[in-house]
Amino acid sequence: MTTAPTSTPSTLPPTRTARLTGAAANYIDERTSISGIVKELGRKIFPDHWSFMLGEVALYSFVVILLSGTWLTFFFQPSMAEVHYEGSYVPLKGLEMSIAYASALDISFDIRGGLLMRQMHHWAALLFIAAIGLHMLRVFFTGAFRKPREINWFVGFVLFILAMAEGFTGYSLPDDLLSGNGLRIIDGMVKAIPIIGVWISYLLFGGEFPGTDVVARFYSLHILLLPAVLVAALGVHMLLLIINKHTQFAGPGKTNDNVVGVPIMPVFAAKAGGFFFIVFGVLTVIAAFFTINPIWNYGPYDPSPVSAGTQPDWYIGFADGALRLVPPHLETVIFGYVFSWNILLPLGVLPLFLGAVAFYPWLEAWITGDKREHHIADRPRNAPVRTAIGAAGVTFYAVLWAAASSDLIATHFGLGIEMVIHTLQALLFIGPVVAFMLTRRICLGLQRKDREIALHGFESGRIVRLPGGEYIEVHEQVDEYERWKLLAYDDYQPLMLRPNARGQITVGERIRSRLSGWFYEDRISPVNQRELEESSHH
Amino acid sequence: MAQHDDASTPGSSIERHTESSPGTAVVTADAAQNPGFPPHEPRVTDVDPKADKKAERQVTTLFFLSLVGSIFAVAAYIAFPIVPGDLGSVRLNTALVGTGIALALLGIGFGTVHWAKALMRDTELVEQRHPTRGTEETRAKAVEVFTLGNQESGIGRRALIRNSLIGAAAVAPLPAVALFRDLAPAEDPNALLKHTLWEEGVRLTRDPDGSPIRAADVTIGSVFHVIPEGIREEEEYLEEKAKAAVLLVRLNPGDLNELPERASWSYDGIVAYSKICTHVGCPVALYEQRTHHLLCPCHQSEFDIANHAAVIFGPAARPLPQLPIAVDDEGYLIAQSDFTEPVGPSFWERERA
Ligand code: FES
Repeated sequence: MTTAPTSTPSTLPPTRTARLTGAAANYIDERTSISGIVKELGRKIFPDHWSFMLGEVALYSFVVILLSGTWLTFFFQPSMAEVHYEGSYVPLKGLEMSIAYASALDISFDIRGGLLMRQMHHWAALLFIAAIGLHMLRVFFTGAFRKPREINWFVGFVLFILAMAEGFTGYSLPDDLLSGNGLRIIDGMVKAIPIIGVWISYLLFGGEFPGTDVVARFYSLHILLLPAVLVAALGVHMLLLIINKHTQFAGPGKTNDNVVGVPIMPVFAAKAGGFFFIVFGVLTVIAAFFTINPIWNYGPYDPSPVSAGTQPDWYIGFADGALRLVPPHLETVIFGYVFSWNILLPLGVLPLFLGAVAFYPWLEAWITGDKREHHIADRPRNAPVRTAIGAAGVTFYAVLWAAASSDLIATHFGLGIEMVIHTLQALLFIGPVVAFMLTRRICLGLQRKDREIALHGFESGRIVRLPGGEYIEVHEQVDEYERWKLLAYDDYQPLMLRPNARGQITVGERIRSRLSGWFYEDRISPVNQRELEESSHH
Repeated sequence: MAQHDDASTPGSSIERHTESSPGTAVVTADAAQNPGFPPHEPRVTDVDPKADKKAERQVTTLFFLSLVGSIFAVAAYIAFPIVPGDLGSVRLNTALVGTGIALALLGIGFGTVHWAKALMRDTELVEQRHPTRGTEETRAKAVEVFTLGNQESGIGRRALIRNSLIGAAAVAPLPAVALFRDLAPAEDPNALLKHTLWEEGVRLTRDPDGSPIRAADVTIGSVFHVIPEGIREEEEYLEEKAKAAVLLVRLNPGDLNELPERASWSYDGIVAYSKICTHVGCPVALYEQRTHHLLCPCHQSEFDIANHAAVIFGPAARPLPQLPIAVDDEGYLIAQSDFTEPVGPSFWERERA
């Protein structure tokens, strides 16, 4: 363990700097055995593809959130005690407000760089959640959640939920009119939960809404508990990424048994490190020039006023939309106990939807009976039913999300709110079905086209006149490396219904083989070698 | 890539498929052949020393720009302070400091990426994957560890010890749960939810200034945002206001369709309704005079004021509670009593006495 990790195979006498680094590395290694880790990880290979950067964007914006957030904690005071505002924002001077709101105003108007940091924190949080969402879509549509990465998909899902929880708790801290209204909505929803709802709300707010505790309590969650869990889950996520190695898209020379790409040291480290600074820099530009959450416009929290057209942060939109789409009068009283279906329905449907997302890898594995390891990312078209399921899910989410802006849609397009809501209600059910069918069609069409191109080349757009006077369009062959990307995918067959060891066919197996049939029945097999050779003779 | 489905690979379950559950991957016997790695294409910087030099200069320039940006940010921080009360100075400070920092970060970022792309060795390398599960040998060793642990501790054999430990561990978190009870005061929240500051004789006053409202001042079609008199002096001002906020409107008595048992709750076409939405509690603040509809801005529930605030659209389930009002001898509006039902969103014991 005495070799310094930086030693190079050069034969020149080491320079002074090289000797110094060598000595330093030696010092550290003799105390930490770090050379082992460097040897293991230093030249690990990372495949490259633009879509692999989405997860990186999420990671880097999280770092920006941590940095800007820590700075903000030095100035923010999470107290709901009342004060008279004496800061320099004139329109609110002398108003009674909570210390939390006053200190958020001070950060914005009296501390140099404060507004910059507040906006950076908020923008980075929005980017964080958006990047997680896109990263999840990438992983889903390429089947990168399949064995052995199911657990990491789940960890990623947990990170997504934690990110939203962080977003919501953070949004509530400035104690302005909008965030207070957001809290009130949460309070109303919680109260609808049978038996324990009122008690949860009572304990959360330290008494009746709004109380004087919730900001400080959310602050503890926002800067201590949630980040701690988030960082831990992030650690697991990264560790599993290293253990499982990254997936790669099919390509010439790439197989399910290798990883092709650039080594961590130096190229990947340089690109990723550089990219971190780019994400950070871009967020800084946005924070410097684009206002986000102008709390000074809203005023301190007061349970009475509210302005039309107020919107929650976009990532909460789907939940807010779900609340809006419920038809009127859904409430029953049984033995004097109230069941508020208008709230319990969305409260039940959303976890079902999120649960389906969280456990999808196991669901698909069960349906397909596929127990092999997969390291080649699918092109979405090559898994038509999965892609279609994803499209249906995205549509469902999108309709809920649009519903959160139903009032804006109505005023913007001059439509009646009733009509907008009824349309969205219908779309919530029809939309996913249509999206499913359409997407599957398109996928199968694209697969057929791939097959066509692989075998007969693509239309070059060049028209030639044959000696006989006849015109034809020249087909050009794709080169074999490009062509490989069109051929390289697995072919699957539906599960066959077979009796188990005791000679029985269980109901579960029946359902499973049905689902499996649905998953795989329409499929386009990849071009095989014989077809390739035949086509090349023409 | 069907050619990797060979049954000998540990971690592949093809062999298990053929026994218990029918497998799904079709091992195409005649799968197309992977053409192998394409030849490496050199970059301009690899072949042209001039391009190489140029890229080097660009990278250095970017790093230098970053340095300038950092210094600029500090200079701007000092040179453009915030002038109290001057929003322009805040904006200027934010923009200039931000620009400097952004330049510093982007210079490093783009410089490094450009360096990696143009100048670092770009040949792709190959690393073999290994099945995720451990080798048979390792797994046997792991099993042995557990077996030894079991034998040496006797946790499998000594059921009494094991089960009592499980019992103890399961109950251990209980005190932690109990410790959260005092997050809120001792009273029963249900009782609190059923009462507001309104009671017989309390004057209706304007929100926020607290001035009383003379019935004669309420013209037809006008809307008043109302709070109970004296609420400002309450210790729990916001909590009380969150329940007691009221909306007052005057309709043409002919337009008003009152329930018979509430006939005495209005005064000359003036009606008062709770402003707290029965959906999840937003203030219902948008009144449309022409239709007598009250719209909640949060989820667009609509209540018909002419028709005892019945829900006509949106997710709310119940009408807004009505506050019975009257006029005192000075002509000011007063409450006849508290609301006769809990205001705001529904809750489990709402209908219980
Ligand atoms: S709070 Fe009024 S509609 Fe939801």
